[in-house]
Amino acid sequence: MMNRIISSKLVDSMCVISSRRLSFAQSAVNTVQKQKELIKSRELEKDELRPLYMDFQATTPMDPRVLDAMLPYQVNYYGNPHSRTHAYGWESETAMEKARKQVADLIGADPREIVFTSGATESNNMSIKGVARFYKAKKNHIITTQTEHKCVLDSCRILEAEGFEVTYLPVKNNGLIDLKQLQERISPHTSLVSIMTVNNEIGVKQPIEEIGHLCRSKNVFFHTDAAQAVGKIPINVNDWKVDLMSISGHKIYGPKGVGALYVRRRPRVRIEPLQNGGGQERGLRSGTVPTPLVVGFGAACEIAQQELEYDHKRVTVLANRLVQKIMSEIPDVVMNGDPEQRYPGCINLSFAYVEGESLLMALKDVALSSGSACTSASLEPSYVLRAIGADEDLAHSSIRFGIGRFTTEEEVDYTVEKCIQQVKRLREMSPLWEMVQEGIDLKSIKWTQH
Amino acid sequence: MAASSREHVLSLYRLLLKESKKFPSYNYRTYALRRVRDAFRENRTVEDPKDVEELLRRARDSLALIQRQVCIGKMFETQKTVVEQEEQKSD
Repeated sequence: MMNRIISSKLVDSMCVISSRRLSFAQSAVNTVQKQKELIKSRELEKDELRPLYMDFQATTPMDPRVLDAMLPYQVNYYGNPHSRTHAYGWESETAMEKARKQVADLIGADPREIVFTSGATESNNMSIKGVARFYKAKKNHIITTQTEHKCVLDSCRILEAEGFEVTYLPVKNNGLIDLKQLQERISPHTSLVSIMTVNNEIGVKQPIEEIGHLCRSKNVFFHTDAAQAVGKIPINVNDWKVDLMSISGHKIYGPKGVGALYVRRRPRVRIEPLQNGGGQERGLRSGTVPTPLVVGFGAACEIAQQELEYDHKRVTVLANRLVQKIMSEIPDVVMNGDPEQRYPGCINLSFAYVEGESLLMALKDVALSSGSACTSASLEPSYVLRAIGADEDLAHSSIRFGIGRFTTEEEVDYTVEKCIQQVKRLREMSPLWEMVQEGIDLKSIKWTQH
Repeated sequence: MAASSREHVLSLYRLLLKESKKFPSYNYRTYALRRVRDAFRENRTVEDPKDVEELLRRARDSLALIQRQVCIGKMFETQKTVVEQEEQKSD
């Protein structure tokens, strides 16, 4: 008891000393955003207020409980979990296995089926290339969709160059795939179907259970990129008949640089490993498992499981509030993606007659994005929006709002107010809007060249 | 017995709120305050002494966690968010 009082006093005094290092901390503030050239990247001034974070699909802040779980393994328990001969190794291994169980419990799997990786991109690469190459002799066809993450599409492109046949299924206007089309395209030569659970740009939730049953009945492996879905909607790999699942740490309030791949054991899924070496992680992914990161990842998964219902309820309420307020104040706003089959925390709105870039620049107090972070370097509109058949001009004026565990009502209200204000202002300045107000149908105009 | 345990619960609740208010980060602060309030409200009607003991143990662990994380937050403090400015103005 006495020791606790003394140590807490020491800690308090340490905090006072450390806060004088504020200037040092400023250099740690790095708000470089990977946006297009028009929005110049610059660091925040010392007195400038920080923008609100509404981009939870790009990444999430770490939950304080996760950081608390990770720190002992960064400071004192730094052993290599694969060292078999001393306490440092044993305690590290125990922590790693505990984290594995926490991840497995979240998705309803067995701990032996979890392989730790460096993130969902690596997991996607491993599963798609690994399954395709292993079963190359008899099966050389892969099916995926047009709205997948870039890493899935790029892996498929590489496989095409190796001689595989890849089908990119189109999606309907609401972002969902057509099950009939999928059924028709599955052939005896198909080794893998890869469809993401929740899309990171429009938030649409695919009918994974139906797809899983379909694939199982046709004896085809089913991989799903569940990076945006894990910890946000209830997942059970056995109910859904999923054979491979990619999980990302930094999308569920965990650390960046860690993820996992679920590889089913019964019926066994064989993969050709991408990373060879000492045989760690069942030979599928050699390399020292980063104990602090996986401990944080495991803690994040456990917290997500406990808080799933609470967070989901809250996010739904906040999302409805945002959409209702915006749609009731300004006309000509389109929500991309199916209104029912979605994860509420990812809202993609297209504001007609307003350019997306200018709206983002105007909303400089809020951290938003107009597409996924990995495609925002190019000037093209997002391929996902093009795949769901959005008009070219609507695709250019879309903004993605992300709501997460830490979003408050004040943040949503502030965002909504600013958004409405800026959209109205930009529309006042737009000649197209003027023409629409006069009743001219823009599509009927024949634009001439000068 | 019941009276003192009620006092105990209330004092833990007050301590948790007091510590949570110290978070320098707006998002963490509002989350901690909200979550503590909602958790205590949700478990208001729990009767079984074993469950109560378990919940109180979790509350005590959370208190220690919040204290540590508040300290770390203070070490790496940064600028305030736009919404906090409005909060301060209205105070």
